[in-house]
Amino acid sequence: MSLDLSKSQFWGYRRENDRVGVRNYVVILPVDDISNAAAEAVASNIKGTIALPHPYGRLQFGEDLDLHFRTLIGTGANPNVAAVVVIGIEEGWTQKVVDGIALTGKPVSGFGIELHGDHDTIFRASKAAKEYVHWASEKLREEVPISELWVSTKCGESDTTSGCGANPTVGNAFDKLYATGNTLLFGETSEITGGEHLVAARCKNDEVRERFMFMFNRYQDMINRFKTSDLSESQPTKGNIAGGLTTIEEKALGNITKIGKKCLIDGVLDKAEAPTGAGLWFMDSSSAAAEMVTLCAAAGYAVHFFPTGQGNIIGNPILPVIKLCANPRTVRTMSEHIDLDVSGLLRKEMTPDEAGDALLDMMIRTANGRATAAEALGHQEFVLTRLYESA
Amino acid sequence: MIDFVVHDEGDSVGVVVVEGVKVGDELTGWIMDQDQEVKFTAASDIPIGHKLSIKPLKAGDTVIKYGTDIGRVISDIAPGEHAHVHNIKTKRW
Repeated sequence: MSLDLSKSQFWGYRRENDRVGVRNYVVILPVDDISNAAAEAVASNIKGTIALPHPYGRLQFGEDLDLHFRTLIGTGANPNVAAVVVIGIEEGWTQKVVDGIALTGKPVSGFGIELHGDHDTIFRASKAAKEYVHWASEKLREEVPISELWVSTKCGESDTTSGCGANPTVGNAFDKLYATGNTLLFGETSEITGGEHLVAARCKNDEVRERFMFMFNRYQDMINRFKTSDLSESQPTKGNIAGGLTTIEEKALGNITKIGKKCLIDGVLDKAEAPTGAGLWFMDSSSAAAEMVTLCAAAGYAVHFFPTGQGNIIGNPILPVIKLCANPRTVRTMSEHIDLDVSGLLRKEMTPDEAGDALLDMMIRTANGRATAAEALGHQEFVLTRLYESA
Repeated sequence: MIDFVVHDEGDSVGVVVVEGVKVGDELTGWIMDQDQEVKFTAASDIPIGHKLSIKPLKAGDTVIKYGTDIGRVISDIAPGEHAHVHNIKTKRW
């Protein structure tokens, strides 16, 4: 029996801004690289918190700095996060991140290290974090219509089975979620190369199409500026090639089966921008797994579909990443990383509709609280996208 | 038993979906879009996930998969032969 999404619900945490999350993290967020130690010390002191260390945040400028702030603020604002403690080396940029997150109405406070030192900062931030843990731990899940779940997708370590099995399964699920009025996201700008005309044809109107082609051409210009033969075995990757993918065009055509057959592209986002309505959004983004999933989390997505062929093992600290795979060898050799086996599709033992429903069922279970393989294995890759060198 | 799948009947290549295909093996293929069956003899050992040609392809030809251009042939490929980076190249970079 097929799933009726319009009548389905999930158990989520409704936040102050009415967005619904599926996890309930208290995040300790460093603004910059040198504040990682204090953030990790606070997370070590106060159980039930999670630190998100990263290597950037100093001497960035212009669009690259805008993206840095957008990513940090978006991560804190994500509805999977209940409350945030922000720690930076000085108070100005720390407050900027606090103010951005505070727009959601969730509890957030910031601590600058200068004039205090690590000890005093860790002491004060730990006290705030402990109060947030008490507060967040009393939040109850409530039943919410499926349409309120924001779902993103990105594939990784793809092979040819991705394009005929795991990716079309996401496409089948996306077609169904689109009809239910969900807010959906895909991206991976370089990985559309060879299929850009197919994506352009799916844009809702000329305005969206022009914006998509602007993003596509902007990325191509960057690649052309630095390109090497076959992009140094990075697109397709060495793993893709080992899995049988030969060219970027072949990889792209498999990639875009993730947007199904019916969804239209309703809007285009720059990196880490949040969508402003329901529908399917394209986000200009890297095709590197951890970078792209970090951007999805920063854009506010609550659950992520990650089809793989050769077995990408990525996770994210705040966004549950559901892995599905149609390659029977990968399912056998890397079973601990795979949440959903759809290899039956390639043996005609499963129809695309059944595979799509199986993914939607796993999505609802994950939203309700089931730990994904990546969560159970502790994969918490938080990787910020950089645009250019620091000043 | 399906040994390889083809997206569309107009495609020049199929994807091996079982492990251990050896030269000389009789392979059964499933054309997914048209739901038809085809048979080929493997002309190479082909790992799972890798492609076999299902049309005679000459250097300079365009390779079609998903009914769409996925690159150009750089050395001739006979039907049933392993088709990959040694005989196909991107047209993009």
